[in-house]
Amino acid sequence: MTVLLEVTSLRTEFATRAGLVRAVDGVSLQVRRGECLGVVGESGSGKSVTFASVMGLVRSPGKVVAGTIFFDGRDLRQLSPEEMRAIRGRDIAMTMQDALTALNPALSVGEQMAEVMVAHDETLPAGRAARRAAIRERSVEMLGLVGIPSPDTRLRQYPHEFSGGMRQRIMIAIALTCRPKLLITDEPTTALDVTIQAQVLELISDIRARLGMAVVLITHDLGVVAEHCDRVMVMYAGQVVEEGPTSAVIGQPRHPYTRGLLASIPRPALRGHRIEPIMGQVPDLVGLPPQCRFHSRCPLARPECLVEVPMLPAGPGRQARCLRLEEPA
Amino acid sequence: MSLLEVVDLSKHYAGRPSLGDRLSGNRRTLVRAVNGVSLSVERGEILGLIGESGCGKSTLGRAILRLHEPTGGRVVFDGTDVTALPPQALKAMRRRMQIIFQDPYASLNPRRTVAEIVGLPLALHGIASGEEARAITARVLERVGLRAAQLDRYPHQFSGGQRQRIGIARALVSNPDFIVCDEPVSALDVSIQAQIIALLLELKRDLGLTYLFISHDISVIGYLSDRVAVMYLGDIVETGQVAAVLDNPRHPYTQSLLSAVPEIGAKRARGRVRLQGDLPSPLNPPPGCKFHTRCPLAVPACRTLVPETRGVGPGHSAACHRLEEGLSLLEGAR
Amino acid sequence: MTDASLAAAPSAESLFRRNLRDFSRNRLAMASLTVILIFVLMAVAAPLIAPQDPNETDLFRRLQPPGWVDGGDWRFPLGCDALGRDILSRIIYGARISIFIGAAVIVLATGVGILAGLAAGYLRGWVDVVISRVVDILLGFPYLIFAIGLMAMMGPGLLNIVLALAYKEWVIPCRVVRGETLAVRELEYVEAARALGAGPRHIMWREILPNILSPVIVVSTIRMAHVIILEASLSFLGLGVQPPTASWGSMVSDGRAFILEAWWVSTFPGLAILLLVLAINVASQALRDAFDPRFSE
Repeated sequence: MTVLLEVTSLRTEFATRAGLVRAVDGVSLQVRRGECLGVVGESGSGKSVTFASVMGLVRSPGKVVAGTIFFDGRDLRQLSPEEMRAIRGRDIAMTMQDALTALNPALSVGEQMAEVMVAHDETLPAGRAARRAAIRERSVEMLGLVGIPSPDTRLRQYPHEFSGGMRQRIMIAIALTCRPKLLITDEPTTALDVTIQAQVLELISDIRARLGMAVVLITHDLGVVAEHCDRVMVMYAGQVVEEGPTSAVIGQPRHPYTRGLLASIPRPALRGHRIEPIMGQVPDLVGLPPQCRFHSRCPLARPECLVEVPMLPAGPGRQARCLRLEEPA
Repeated sequence: MSLLEVVDLSKHYAGRPSLGDRLSGNRRTLVRAVNGVSLSVERGEILGLIGESGCGKSTLGRAILRLHEPTGGRVVFDGTDVTALPPQALKAMRRRMQIIFQDPYASLNPRRTVAEIVGLPLALHGIASGEEARAITARVLERVGLRAAQLDRYPHQFSGGQRQRIGIARALVSNPDFIVCDEPVSALDVSIQAQIIALLLELKRDLGLTYLFISHDISVIGYLSDRVAVMYLGDIVETGQVAAVLDNPRHPYTQSLLSAVPEIGAKRARGRVRLQGDLPSPLNPPPGCKFHTRCPLAVPACRTLVPETRGVGPGHSAACHRLEEGLSLLEGAR
Repeated sequence: MTDASLAAAPSAESLFRRNLRDFSRNRLAMASLTVILIFVLMAVAAPLIAPQDPNETDLFRRLQPPGWVDGGDWRFPLGCDALGRDILSRIIYGARISIFIGAAVIVLATGVGILAGLAAGYLRGWVDVVISRVVDILLGFPYLIFAIGLMAMMGPGLLNIVLALAYKEWVIPCRVVRGETLAVRELEYVEAARALGAGPRHIMWREILPNILSPVIVVSTIRMAHVIILEASLSFLGLGVQPPTASWGSMVSDGRAFILEAWWVSTFPGLAILLLVLAINVASQALRDAFDPRFSE
C-alpha cells in the first residue's frame, strides 16, 4: 500500500489568554491508501486539532506553525486557500461528531448534497436538466449506500426529520458524494446509542471496503478502534505517544499511558477487581517544558524521564514515546 | 425489607400535538416516559439501570426522588411512602436521598464557590453553619479527593473530573443512605472515568451507601452493579443479578445491547446481532411489545399483546413472549 | 474544536474580573465612560461649576449669541435663550434632570422587571400567564403615546415622569429575565438545589438571579439611553419638567421658534442629549461584548 497522507512534525498553536497552547506538538503520521487509522486520545490530546490542521480548518486563534502535510504528493500547507477548498470535500472529506449542528437545518438533505457536487464535480453534464438529473441520481445512490430507506423521498426532507443515527449516515453520505480518497470521521458515534453506534461503524467499514478509500477514525473509545481499525495512534497532550498495528498495540501496549488507558476501561470481566485508574489529570498545555508529558502521572517515571523523549522503535511497525520501553510494567 | 421499593411508577408528559394531530382533531399526545415500572433496591447494593437515550431511565431516577412529580404509582423508601409526603416532610427526606448528575459543567452553579455549593445542604437543613459548616465541608471535600484549600474557588477553576468530585461531595454532605447516580461518568474521559468509578465504589463501601446507577454503558454497569435492570421505551424488560443477565441474557433487546458493545480482545466470544432501525419515538410507541419493530424474533402475537414479566431464574425475570422457547439471538448468530 | 477549549485552562482569575479587564481595554468604551462620568459630575456639582444662575432672566441678553460669535459675551459662552438665561448653565443643571430620570426609571423598572420575570419564568403556571399577558398588552401601546396619556392623567412633575416611563419600561427587563430564567431553570444545578431540599425563594434569588444578571445589566444600560430621549421628548412636548426648571428637552423645544435667527438655543442642548445618549450606547455595547460570552472570542 502506498502512502496517501504523510504528516511530518506538525505543530499547531493557539494564542489564548492564558498563554501559548501547543495543541499539536510535533505530530508525524502516515495514512496508507485504503487503510483505517484509529486515532485515540482524551480531550485535550490534540487528536481533533491534528486533523483540523490537515483539513486547513483550524479556527482562530489557532495556527499551524510548523511541519509538512503531504497528501497524494502535494504539500497542503503550500496550497492557496482556493486550491485547499477544491481538495476539501472532493479528495478529503470530514464528518463531525454532532450531526445535528453540522448539517444546515434550513436546507433539505438533497440540497446539501447537491451543493457539494456543484462545488467539486467537473464531470456533471452541462445542460440544466441533465445536470439536475445527474445530481439527483447520485444523491439517491449515496443515500442508498449509507442505508437510508426510500432515499428518493427522503432527499426532500430536512435534517430535523431524521433520527440521530440517520443524521450521522446523511453526513457520511454527503462526505462520500465526491468519492474522496480519505474520509476523516471525528467521533462519529459518540453522540449515538450503542445499538445505533454499531450500525454506523459497520457502515463505515463496509463502505471503506467497497470504495477502497482510507479512513481516519478519531475516537476516545479503544473498543471501537479494536474492532474497526488496521492501525492505531494514541495521542496524549498534543503528542503521539504510541503507534502501530491495532492488535499489537491493544494486545501488548508498550507506552504506560496506553497501558493505563486500557486498564481504566471498566469491564464486566473485571468485577470485584479494582480498576487501576491513571492518577492525576492531563497537564496544562500552557508553557509545558520539553520533557515527557506523561511523567507526572506515570507509575514508571524516573528523574531521567525529565528530558524530551523521541518516538522510539517498539517492535515490528511500532513506535512509542517512552524511555522505559524495555522494562516490564 | 428493601431500602427502596418502587411500585408501578409512571411519569407521563403531555406532549405538544403536532400540526397533523391538530388537523385530525387528535388533541392530546401523551409521552409515557416511565410506564408503570416496579423495582426494588436492597440496602447496600448497586442496582444498575441501563438503557438507550430516550428510554426513560433518567426520568425514572428523578421521579423516584420526586424531582419530577410521578403521575402514578408509589415510591417507598425505608418504610415511608415518599410519593405521599407533604412538602416539609419531603424536604427532610431529601437529606437521605440524593442524586449525582451527568454533566459536571451544568450541575454546578458557576457563580458560587465550592464551599457554598457543597455546604448548601447543611444550611438548608439547619445541620450546621458558620465555621462548623466549613469544617464539615472541608472534610467531605477531602474525602472525595479534593483539598480543603480549594473551598473558596469557583467551579470554572476545576477540570471535569474534579467538578464531578464536587458534585459527589455535595450529595454526600448531608449523610444520605441512597444516591441516584445519573450517568455520573458518561461525560468524562476514560482515565478520569475510572478514577470516579473507583471513588464511588470506595465511598459506597466505607459509608454503607446504596446506589441506583443509571448508565447507557453496559461495560460500566456490568463492572460495578450487583443487579441490573434493562429499560426500553419506558418499560423494564429484564432484571436480575448482574452475572445472570450478562452471561445469560433472556430478552432479545438485552442480547442485542450486549452484542453491540465493541470489545477489546482478539476474538469476540459471542455471536453478534445487529439491530435494524432506530428507537421508535416515545410519542408514538408501537403497540404490543414495544420492541417488536426491531426484534428479529418477533412473531405476529408480539404486535398486539403486551408481554408480561415472568421469572426465568432465581431473581431473574424478563418480559418477552418467546421466553419459553429458549431462543437466543446470540446462539443463532454464532 | 473541543480539544482547544480545554487548552484554555481554568485560571485563578474570576470571570467577573476578566470581563472587567476586557472592558477596560476597549478604548472607545473608556472614552464613553469618561463622557458619562463628566456628565454625572456636572449634574452633581452643578451649583459649583455653573457660571451663571440658570433661571436668572435678563431681557437685555435675549438671544445673545455664543462667546465666539459677533455680539457674544464670554461670560455666557454658549449664548442665551429668549429670556436671556445662560444656556451653558441651563445645560449643566439640565443634566441633573436627564440623568436622575434616566437612572430612576431604569432602577425602578429593572427591579420590578426582575421580580416579575423571575416569578413568571420560574413559577410558570397562572403567574406566568398573567404576567406575560400584561407584558404583551403593554407592548402593544406605542411608548410615547402611552407616556403622554399617563402624564395627561397624572399631571406634570418629576415623580410623575418617572412613574409614567417606568410603567412601561419594566416589561423590557421582565422579558429578558423571564427568558433567561426559563433557560437556567432547566440546568442541572437548579435541579441539584431542588434535590437538596431548596425552596423556590432560594432557587430564584441564589441560584438563578446571579447567573442572569449580566444580560439584564446590559439591557438596562442600553434602555437608559432610550429613557433619556423619552424624557426629552416629553419635556419637548411640554408634558415633562415644568418651567422654569431646566431640562434638555424643554430647552430644545424653547429654541424651536428661533431656530433660524438663534440656532444656538436648540442646538447646544440637542448636542448634549446626543453626546450622552451616544456615550451610554457605546458603553453598553462594550459592556455586552465583555460580559456576554457569545460576543467574546
